[in-house]
Amino acid sequence: MNNTARKGGVGAAQIILGLSIAILVIVVAVPVLLIFVNAFWVDGALNVKDVIRIIREKDTYQALVNSLIIAAGTTTGSTIVGTFFAWLVTRTDLPYKRFMKAMFLVPFMLPSFIGALAWKMLLSPRAGFINRFWMGTLGFEEPLFNIYSYAGIVLVEIMYLFPFVFIQVCGALERMDPTLEESARISGAGLFTITRKITIPLALPSILSGALLIMLYSMAHFGTVAVLGIENGIFNIPTLIYQRIHQSAGSFASIRTGTVLASILVMAAALIIWLQGKALSRGRYQIIAGKSFRPMELKLRALRLPLLILCLVYIAFTIVLPTVVIFLVGGLKTYGLPFTWENLSLDNYKFILFDYQVTRDAIWNSLSLGLGAALITMFAGVMISYVIVKMKVRGKGVLEFLGMLPFSVPGSVIALGVILAWSGRYGPNLYNTVWIILVAYIARYMAFSLKANSAALEQVHDSLVEAARACGASMWQALKDIVLPLVRPGMLAAFFLIFLPSLRELTVSIMLYSPTTRTIGVAIYTLNEDGETVRSAALAGIALFLIITGQTLINRFAKGRSA
Amino acid sequence: MPYIRLVNVTKRFGQVTAVNELNLEIEKGECFSMLGPSGCGKTTTLRMLAGFEDLSDGEIHVGGRLFSSPRQNFYLPPEKRDFGMVFQAFAVWPHLSVYENVAFPLRIRKLPKAEIERRATDALRSTNLLGAAAGSPENLSGGGKQRVALARALAINPDVMLLDEPLSSLDPHLREEMRFEIKELQRKYGFAIVYVTHDQAEAMALSDRIMVMRQGEMQQIDSPLNVYNNPANRFVFSFIGLSNFLRVSRTDGHAGLGTGSLPTELAPPEGLPPHSGLTLASRPSEIDFLAQGGLRGKVSRKSFLGEIVDYHLRLEDGQSLRVQKNRRLPGPEEGESCGLLLRRPFWYTDEN
Repeated sequence: MNNTARKGGVGAAQIILGLSIAILVIVVAVPVLLIFVNAFWVDGALNVKDVIRIIREKDTYQALVNSLIIAAGTTTGSTIVGTFFAWLVTRTDLPYKRFMKAMFLVPFMLPSFIGALAWKMLLSPRAGFINRFWMGTLGFEEPLFNIYSYAGIVLVEIMYLFPFVFIQVCGALERMDPTLEESARISGAGLFTITRKITIPLALPSILSGALLIMLYSMAHFGTVAVLGIENGIFNIPTLIYQRIHQSAGSFASIRTGTVLASILVMAAALIIWLQGKALSRGRYQIIAGKSFRPMELKLRALRLPLLILCLVYIAFTIVLPTVVIFLVGGLKTYGLPFTWENLSLDNYKFILFDYQVTRDAIWNSLSLGLGAALITMFAGVMISYVIVKMKVRGKGVLEFLGMLPFSVPGSVIALGVILAWSGRYGPNLYNTVWIILVAYIARYMAFSLKANSAALEQVHDSLVEAARACGASMWQALKDIVLPLVRPGMLAAFFLIFLPSLRELTVSIMLYSPTTRTIGVAIYTLNEDGETVRSAALAGIALFLIITGQTLINRFAKGRSA
Repeated sequence: MPYIRLVNVTKRFGQVTAVNELNLEIEKGECFSMLGPSGCGKTTTLRMLAGFEDLSDGEIHVGGRLFSSPRQNFYLPPEKRDFGMVFQAFAVWPHLSVYENVAFPLRIRKLPKAEIERRATDALRSTNLLGAAAGSPENLSGGGKQRVALARALAINPDVMLLDEPLSSLDPHLREEMRFEIKELQRKYGFAIVYVTHDQAEAMALSDRIMVMRQGEMQQIDSPLNVYNNPANRFVFSFIGLSNFLRVSRTDGHAGLGTGSLPTELAPPEGLPPHSGLTLASRPSEIDFLAQGGLRGKVSRKSFLGEIVDYHLRLEDGQSLRVQKNRRLPGPEEGESCGLLLRRPFWYTDEN
């Protein structure tokens, strides 16, 4: 024993705590704070009158209303769709349930703005393939459906967001103690009554929490509205912030409007998160217990086939069709040509991967940014979670509060805050460099890392470390040899939870890019805006390929580990 | 005429036969326990009776009515069987108040309002829950939750109460108390109990008759006393109470332990098949120490357990034997040799 009577871990603990607080303050708290300061503080004085004036401007007011309309529609629709499908795959004798469940989760990995692009190609009023077929071949006067509308935006968002409710409700229904439903049955209730009076009420907290998650996401969602709304002048909060900042190249007035809108977003997000916490805490029913006989399955009988067809059609329309359209359009020589063998080739893909500077840069930028952000955020996340979950230091409360912040700050708010913080007014000027995007990614994805790492750390019981200390290990040795190997799965999860989404990131990078720092998402979006539809589609196809391959590899890997 | 009748009831899950050709009759107002290790088919039998599992073969009749018969393609769903049932994991609905939990089966039956109130209140009073009626069951202890489940099952005043290990989620002290409460409720309401448990003490204390099951096969149906005193086979002997088994060798028709012969009082009974292997069974509490004679052994461990003293003995042929004696009775010390008198030996051949 050479480490007799060390001074204990007090100094080290303080350093770690300080470092953790510093990271969160610099990366998240300062940008958010600057937004509030810029919104409410003019020429050194509190100024609420201006804020109200800005909100009452026609455009801003309309954007607020639009955000609410779209979020309300999306939340309602996704909740109904998600709950219904979850009930279908967990409580009925629908055929191929495992396959269905896997398919309903696919939209999780598909970027919704790429989906929006696909639907634009299918259903834009004049040029969309389906509408052209409807009017040209079938001879109708009016297009079948105009995707450039509130309904179009809401429908596309539902397609990509309903899995949030679906997975929550599936989890709740699968974990629910089957005897809760059986005792209702033996009490004389039929399966329909049980679903209405027992199953749904017990799953309600999960349904609500999933719904609130969708509301949070949809209110602050950029991609779908940007692709489908701008044509008809439908702006929501994030797209209006983008438009103002982008058009005026950072004038004071536009930043002012941006910060006011962003403040509203942050407050709404905080309210939603608070509500979600309430829903979940009320939902901490002890409904998991006992011997697990499988729950009774509702026999669908005559409805079995129609419902199976409904599911297959839903999957074909919302998942297969848009994906196929992206790949096919990516192979066209010119947008607008029919899909015949002569018109299709791999030339666009080759051009984009090897010859076209813009997209080559974009792919390189996204890969390196994703890798960097994932690595940094993973390590910072482990450290911060360790302090929050395991350490007993004074001043931890501050960190716990700061640790909550990343969960409630939407992407466009982070981007705006990062612009305010890193444009040279308070130190280094990172604007127009790739570093400002990196900082923004770290802030945006910190929540994922904190969640995965604290979940892993909570599994490591204190007695494991104490046992190591009792065997003579120092605190550092115990960390290195006991804690770290046990949280490694959590760290890996955090890494991929950050790396894969960052490959398709749009909301943050669209506000921060410069001509040389486009990311994949930005390149797809701007190419599409510039009318380069086929190249945009080809790049989207490559992004989809990267994401799907990566996700499949991870699933394999995760399965191999757990088996 | 028995109230519940199971005729050749069989349940197969794929290749596995969970219950095999079970025949069973339960009287009105009787308390009947199904006892056995996990996986023996007792819970499956109860769930077939409740209607949660369909039968692979056989028939179930209750109160003169057919409830299940795969041959006639008939199956009465659980909600139509009018049973009361209590589950191991309480299964109390957390989103309803205690009162609403109990009133649920009455509301399903669309009884008049006054009747619902009268019956629910009555069931709550019988289970000492009146004070907690308005609150959420989430705030109750495990015992409290199980009382809610009992009250809910009582509310419709069923003829049959199915209890699926209702006490095994409770702590030992409460378990004993609840046993008596269940018995008390049965006396008051007069329902028959079908009780599934793997706890033999629980089954002994509650039941009029016990069925011991193993791997889907019925082993014995008898009163608690007879199951303990006259176990039908070696498995029942070992499952109920503590047991010693000694392997007995047979050379030229003479039974012996190892190379030594058995004392005369331990002669195997006449009529055992001459060539099968033999096992001598006895309970640790039914063995006396002798100064001389008897089976010879040496005390390898002696432990004081409070009221009783537990002896581990090694016999001359190397087999070991356990003896339990009241602490007030004299006994040998560790390392000492002694004689042993097996008061009620049982003989089992390899077939049973």
